[in-house]
Amino acid sequence: MIGFDVLVGVCLGYVAILFAVAFAAEQRAQRAEVNWLRSPLIYTLSLSIYCTAWTFYGAVGYAVRSGLEFVTIYLGPTLVMIGWWWVVRKLVRIGRTQRITSIADLISSRYGKSNLLGVVVTVLAVVGTTPYIALQLQSVTLSFAVLAADEGTTLNPEDLQTTALIVAAGLAFFTILFGTRRLDTNERHPGVVTAIALEAAVKLIALLAVGIFVVWGVASGPADILARTEASRIAAWQPDGARWATLIFLAAAAFLCLPRMFQVMVVENADERHVAVASWAFPGYLFLMSLFVVPIAVVGLQTLPEGNPDLYVLTLPLALGEERLALLAFLGGFSSATSMVIVAAIALSTMVSNHIVMPIWLRAGDPGAVVSGDVRQVVMVSRRVSIGAILALGYLYFLFTGGTGALAAIGLIAFAGLAQVLPAMLGGIFWRGATRVGAAAGLILGFSVWAYTLFLPSFGGTFIMSETFLAQGPFGIAALRPQALLGMEGIDPLVHAVLWSILLNTAAFIVGSLFSFPRPLERLQGAQFVNVFEHSANPRGWSGGAAEAEDLLIMSQRILGSKEAQALFRTAAAVQGKSGDYADITPEFLETLERELASSVGAATAHAMISQIVGGSAVSMEDLLAVADETAQIMEYSLRLQEQSQELERTATQLREANEKLTALSIQKDAFLSQISHELRTPMTSIRAFSEILMAGSTQEAEQSRFSSIIHDEAKRLTRLLDDLLDLSVLENGQVTLNWQDADLHDILERAVAATTSMEGQPRLNVLRDPDAESIAFTTDADRLSQVFINLITNAQKYCTAEAPELRISVTQAGDGGGVHVDFVDNGAGIPRESEAVIFEKFSRLSDKSQAGGAGLGLAICREIMGKLGGSISYQPSEAGTAFRVILPQREAQAAE
Amino acid sequence: MAKRVLLIEDEPNIIQAISFILSRDGWTVDTHADGATAVAEVERRAPDVVILDVMLPNRSGFDILQDLRAAEATEALPVLMLTARGQKRDRELAERYGASRFMTKPFSNAEVLDTVRALTEA
Repeated sequence: MIGFDVLVGVCLGYVAILFAVAFAAEQRAQRAEVNWLRSPLIYTLSLSIYCTAWTFYGAVGYAVRSGLEFVTIYLGPTLVMIGWWWVVRKLVRIGRTQRITSIADLISSRYGKSNLLGVVVTVLAVVGTTPYIALQLQSVTLSFAVLAADEGTTLNPEDLQTTALIVAAGLAFFTILFGTRRLDTNERHPGVVTAIALEAAVKLIALLAVGIFVVWGVASGPADILARTEASRIAAWQPDGARWATLIFLAAAAFLCLPRMFQVMVVENADERHVAVASWAFPGYLFLMSLFVVPIAVVGLQTLPEGNPDLYVLTLPLALGEERLALLAFLGGFSSATSMVIVAAIALSTMVSNHIVMPIWLRAGDPGAVVSGDVRQVVMVSRRVSIGAILALGYLYFLFTGGTGALAAIGLIAFAGLAQVLPAMLGGIFWRGATRVGAAAGLILGFSVWAYTLFLPSFGGTFIMSETFLAQGPFGIAALRPQALLGMEGIDPLVHAVLWSILLNTAAFIVGSLFSFPRPLERLQGAQFVNVFEHSANPRGWSGGAAEAEDLLIMSQRILGSKEAQALFRTAAAVQGKSGDYADITPEFLETLERELASSVGAATAHAMISQIVGGSAVSMEDLLAVADETAQIMEYSLRLQEQSQELERTATQLREANEKLTALSIQKDAFLSQISHELRTPMTSIRAFSEILMAGSTQEAEQSRFSSIIHDEAKRLTRLLDDLLDLSVLENGQVTLNWQDADLHDILERAVAATTSMEGQPRLNVLRDPDAESIAFTTDADRLSQVFINLITNAQKYCTAEAPELRISVTQAGDGGGVHVDFVDNGAGIPRESEAVIFEKFSRLSDKSQAGGAGLGLAICREIMGKLGGSISYQPSEAGTAFRVILPQREAQAAE
Repeated sequence: MAKRVLLIEDEPNIIQAISFILSRDGWTVDTHADGATAVAEVERRAPDVVILDVMLPNRSGFDILQDLRAAEATEALPVLMLTARGQKRDRELAERYGASRFMTKPFSNAEVLDTVRALTEA
């Protein structure tokens, strides 16, 4: 039997070996003795962190529960490595040229260094990985408990929790030690990678050992196992096509998107050629890992039908008395769990630190610190704290869900969550049109749907979602049931969730990308990602010595200004230890120069310009396109600025005009009031003055009579003015009642002419008419219309300047609905052109008032009356004398003829 | 010698009334009805007092007053302004431009007479 102390001792010993290996690898890497460390073998083995404790222990349990379905977990990555190795190679190339540090960084960097996307992916990764870390803690704890319990001393739950805590703390310590030893811009950790490669070997050997023992030790060879399999329930299992396809897709997606996979596959990759080896070697590894799963399951079912199938790898050797084998199996499981946790913690801490902690710190902190060396220290601390926090989170999750749920179920949920990054990732490296907006929309929507349809329901109604919520949907809306969206019932919840989340994610990504406009940086990064092989064929950095320093200086002066450019060259020369104005054209100097130029003209343009002068590398089509993009963007920007300023100007003009209108209105009102005041006070002044004169007496009789008649006239003038004002006011306010009646135009004109010519003291005016044409019967307010006519005739009497004043009134019937025209044309001088516009305004008396005797309201009243009668009155400037045209509407002339 | 008043006003009836009142009191009254030529008329006639209406044809009484105050010969000439608009602003403008007195129509005859007397006696 394995003693508890022995178990702990073995663990500590194993961990010590891992520390030693990691340390040695670090030392060798430091001394650049990297030969075998950088072998494809190490790379391939490091990829095996894909096989976690879930795969190590859980695959057997999976096989017991769902037959060959467990194979999908191996098939996904196998298909990717064999069929899609070029995707991996592209990711690796992009990772190196762009110095990508994590999958969050990849997405963020591709979409114009958007920190929002970095944060989204980081949050997604943390949420998706935490259950996974908890899972590893659980497996280590369970396996520990199994081995220890077998010895007779049962471990109570508290001890299990303590074990998990110790494991978590130990892992945190190891990860911090080797994951944050130094800050490398490449984010590579040779020590860790080597240690996990060793662990990969251990878990493979352990699983193979158990498998061989089962096939040849328990059973009597492959034939026996096949026979036993035939007899077991595993053979009776029927595949579900949809689930099968979904699982393969999920495994493939997870292989590309899991933060820890991205870490070992892309970030830790030391040589692109290793991908070629891994493309066949890693499927081979997976094949070996899966080879004995079914035999172990079959034998386990027969030997330990009551036992937990998730632990057959461990319990089977124990039950058959093979303690050393059990110990090896335990170490295999331990390796699987720890390697996963370590790499996941490193990957997550990089993401959390780079995309969440540092941006916040930089924003909140003292800007001075950025320039000093403090930042590196802060990054270090933030990494370490992040690692601790991530493991603490995993541990808390373990406590919360402690011991519930089959291992595989949690694993699949996490896979589905992280698969949401896939559309943005693949779209990002293959589609230049993909934009930040699209990526964010897809990620957020996909992640939300995943949480809604899979993650939250996985708690079975105990967390956030209640059981009724699950069964009946939110607010009883059946179409929104988390596991049967839009009534899609009867399919596997996992298939359902993956289908909806990936579908909506991809749709949002594509639609968002098509309908949004990328920023220049997005375009640039898009081109660099999608065309990474063309871009990086010429390694970035300058080699040509053909460039003339003078040419470069001239170009730089054009962009930076001569002072700055010269200073830049002089400084560079000084750094190179030269005197004079021209620096040597070293690659370093060219890079510095490019950076300086880029800050003024954009990266692509700067690169293209230097390319042209240095001549070492031709300007590529992509470079030109990128330049064009930048230029277009700048033009668009300036255009928008111009539009904005025009818009502002328009608004200002409108405001000014509105203000002027208001002012004019109030001026008009003031002017109207002061006009009325003047018009009223003037006759009142005469009346008062002469009344006082008469009252004082002592006037002669002739004077008395003259003054009395003045008083009389002025009183009449006052009355007329008041009448007009009232009339106008009534007409303008629309309170007038018209007396519609049948009338004859001839009669109305007759009445008007008679009224004016009979007035006493009016100057003689000859009115010329054509009675035949006037005979038109129609419906109108005869009094009002004749008021208009009287006004026009009176005006002619008052203002016609001809020696023999004459007024011609002619009536014509305009066809086609034009109505009846009544023209009043005199033989006077007409109205000055500049006054034509105002004659219909109130108080617009043009000539000397003494002659007029009116207040200038007449035409204003006429206009109002004609408006009320449905016709119009207008001045006809083309006529010889003063000509007014009154138009009577056609409909009122219906009774004509 | 009788003192002379120049009445610049365009309403015939008001001209008649003021002329009558002042003549009866022994003043020599000259009248002028056009705003444009009013300043020249003042210079030509050199009256002892000017009675100036605000609303005149062709030129405002305020403009005329400003011209009078700007010229050396007429800067101290007593001017009584008359307005029919009855607005506060008119009174303010009259004060600002240097009117000696200001009166709103309709006025009382006695008031006009007293004012003109006072302006010449001062």
